[in-house]
Amino acid sequence: MVVPTDTIWQWLSEVPDPEIPVLSLTDLGVIRGVTWDDETLVVTVTPTYTGCPATAIINLDIEKKLRSCGIEDLRLEQQLSPAWTTDWLTDEGREKLRGYGIAPPVQTTRDTATDSNRVTRLLSGRDPVVPCPQCASRNTTKVSQFGSTPCKSAYRCQDCLEPFDYFKCH
Amino acid sequence: MSAAKKLVADEVLFDWLLRRGDTVLVVGHRVSEWCGHSPVLEEDIALANIALDLIGQARLWLSYAGEVEGKGRGENELAYLRDAWDFRNLLIAEQPNGDFGKTLMRQLFIDAHQVSLLSALASSKDPRIAEIAVKSLKEANYHFDRSADLVIRLGDGTPESHKRMQDALDDLWSFTGEMFIGDAVDKVMASAGYAPLPEKLKAAWQDMVHTVMDEATLIIPDSGFAHTGGTTGRHSEHLGHILADMQFLQRAYPGVTW
Repeated sequence: MVVPTDTIWQWLSEVPDPEIPVLSLTDLGVIRGVTWDDETLVVTVTPTYTGCPATAIINLDIEKKLRSCGIEDLRLEQQLSPAWTTDWLTDEGREKLRGYGIAPPVQTTRDTATDSNRVTRLLSGRDPVVPCPQCASRNTTKVSQFGSTPCKSAYRCQDCLEPFDYFKCH
Repeated sequence: MSAAKKLVADEVLFDWLLRRGDTVLVVGHRVSEWCGHSPVLEEDIALANIALDLIGQARLWLSYAGEVEGKGRGENELAYLRDAWDFRNLLIAEQPNGDFGKTLMRQLFIDAHQVSLLSALASSKDPRIAEIAVKSLKEANYHFDRSADLVIRLGDGTPESHKRMQDALDDLWSFTGEMFIGDAVDKVMASAGYAPLPEKLKAAWQDMVHTVMDEATLIIPDSGFAHTGGTTGRHSEHLGHILADMQFLQRAYPGVTW
């Protein structure tokens, strides 16, 4: 059964990310390709972080979803390059994150890449301003570089005092 | 790829890939030993996440190594079914965690090495090496930021934290030289444009490390002595103990899956 790839993309947009279920896999930008190789559907997936424990679950969820939609001949391929960055998050995905209480990345990786001398930047003590996803205050501080998952860091709002996760720019 | 097109013999490439994969695997395992033992919850989470990144990078290198070797060994067989003398990691990766400060100092040295090495590997003529490097470099940069920040805070902190960081620096310094001593494998990799000579990475590494140590008010030892042997399989006594823990499950229950 050869289904139009548009329909496959639609199905994949209904698969939630296992760690941040408010995002779909297409919001996250990890699906790199959907093609038919003869009678076999080939879905190309890129990992977010090399050690992200969700990667295996993502593959499993894709397979489960597509099989439940009647796809029998299926192959998943991993593609490393170009490397996934938070720039691949869709605008819709960013809004969903904010609504869920996670601050989306405030920079693009191109902004951070131009800071070629990392030590100088570090010594300047300038972290980007991350607005609070609850009250939108810009008066926030970083608590820790890593939060509840490898893709997030921990912040605290100095105005509403709520702690929150920041989807780090990576 | 036809045999005539190969710029680097499989055995050489395999050995070099093991050096990359084993270093991040072993230090990743070391860092994971902190899980549940860190001084504060945020650091516990951070260390566990860094360990995950490092082990993730090890999977990419070791998978490639297994394909190059062509004997049917994958990432799991290479990680869990080799003995200490077959490991090619830098000696610094296997050094014990010590206190929190010593773990951070070890991580700073390794992160700075990763940043300088992976930056160079991003333009490797071997496309697979280049894509693994680009993927891993983003993580290494982020790790370096954290290590540098904490080394500065603790070095330039209380008398107690300063003393511990200086002790850690003195203890570990002689394990840093090995990062910049190349051998025949490195020469072949460099002449093919696959990887930089280790000696070429030293300036960038020193730039990063010296700036951090100055800011942290820590004094780098004068000694240029370097412990070597890790990249050719001669290890300190610590590696066997790591493997006993890390490989237990696959040794006791061969082929087990869940």
